[in-house]
Amino acid sequence: MIVQALAFYLFAFVTVTSGVMVISARNPVHSVLFLIAAFFSAAGLFVLLGAEFLAMILIVVYVGAVAVLFMFVVMMLDINFTELRQGFLQYLPIGGLIGLVLLVELLVVVGGWALAPEAAHSGAAPMPPPGILPNTHALGELLYTRYVYLFQAAGVVLLVAMIGAIVLTHRQREGVRRQKISDQLKRRAEDSVEVRDVPTGKGI
Amino acid sequence: MLAIGLGHYLTVAAILFALGLFGIFLNRKNVIVILMSIELMLLAVTINLVAFSAELNDLVGQIFALFVLTVAAAETAVGLAVLVVYFRNRGSIAVEDVNLMKG
Repeated sequence: MIVQALAFYLFAFVTVTSGVMVISARNPVHSVLFLIAAFFSAAGLFVLLGAEFLAMILIVVYVGAVAVLFMFVVMMLDINFTELRQGFLQYLPIGGLIGLVLLVELLVVVGGWALAPEAAHSGAAPMPPPGILPNTHALGELLYTRYVYLFQAAGVVLLVAMIGAIVLTHRQREGVRRQKISDQLKRRAEDSVEVRDVPTGKGI
Repeated sequence: MLAIGLGHYLTVAAILFALGLFGIFLNRKNVIVILMSIELMLLAVTINLVAFSAELNDLVGQIFALFVLTVAAAETAVGLAVLVVYFRNRGSIAVEDVNLMKG
């Protein structure tokens, strides 16, 4: 019990601190690194909640793909970040006010709200005890049966995102020599070889 | 204090969500940090879903969290692609420069 509580407070503290650093770090590379830390500790929270599969997915997808993509873009674009920091404090009061109001509202809701007693038994897919069926196995059995269409739709979403990203960023650059195989195959001898009658003693 | 319940997780998620919103206002000019703030907000939502899933003993919450992660990844990919194209055209990523469509 104590260990669980300590782990929760550790992970929660790291998550929130990293979140603060993400939005306040001067260097965007640091922001990305703190985002990775936030995702890692959120994965720890997921493990504490018994959702091991989601925790691992969070690490693989977010730390392995999304954060690296952010890092790639931050480092690839030649951006003057000090210029972007100008006016940083200009929006601090209004942003802080709105964030604070939202936080207080959310905390009031969390504090003054209780779960209906019958809600615990009205779940659509009761979780099997972890000793009988591991989390990943149970999740897969549900995902590939009842939610298989949603699963396919998620695949379509990813496909569209992939095609969209490629279409957006792909460009034909001028002055770059590329191998065009169709042009090479279309080439015929009559187009490129010419028979000339060269008079003796003269050039062409 | 030592018994960790649903409320603790919801509090963490609420703080994270507010931080994400705050980050959007704070970094009004830097689109990359705005995208990261949106990621933070989506993470908060995912924590909420998983916490409720564990509390109610219902797996559907985790399935839904999985789809939230999918959509978040797709959103990041397209958002960063738009950002790269925008930077290529304008040489800057400041949000305030995005006024080409203004009449």
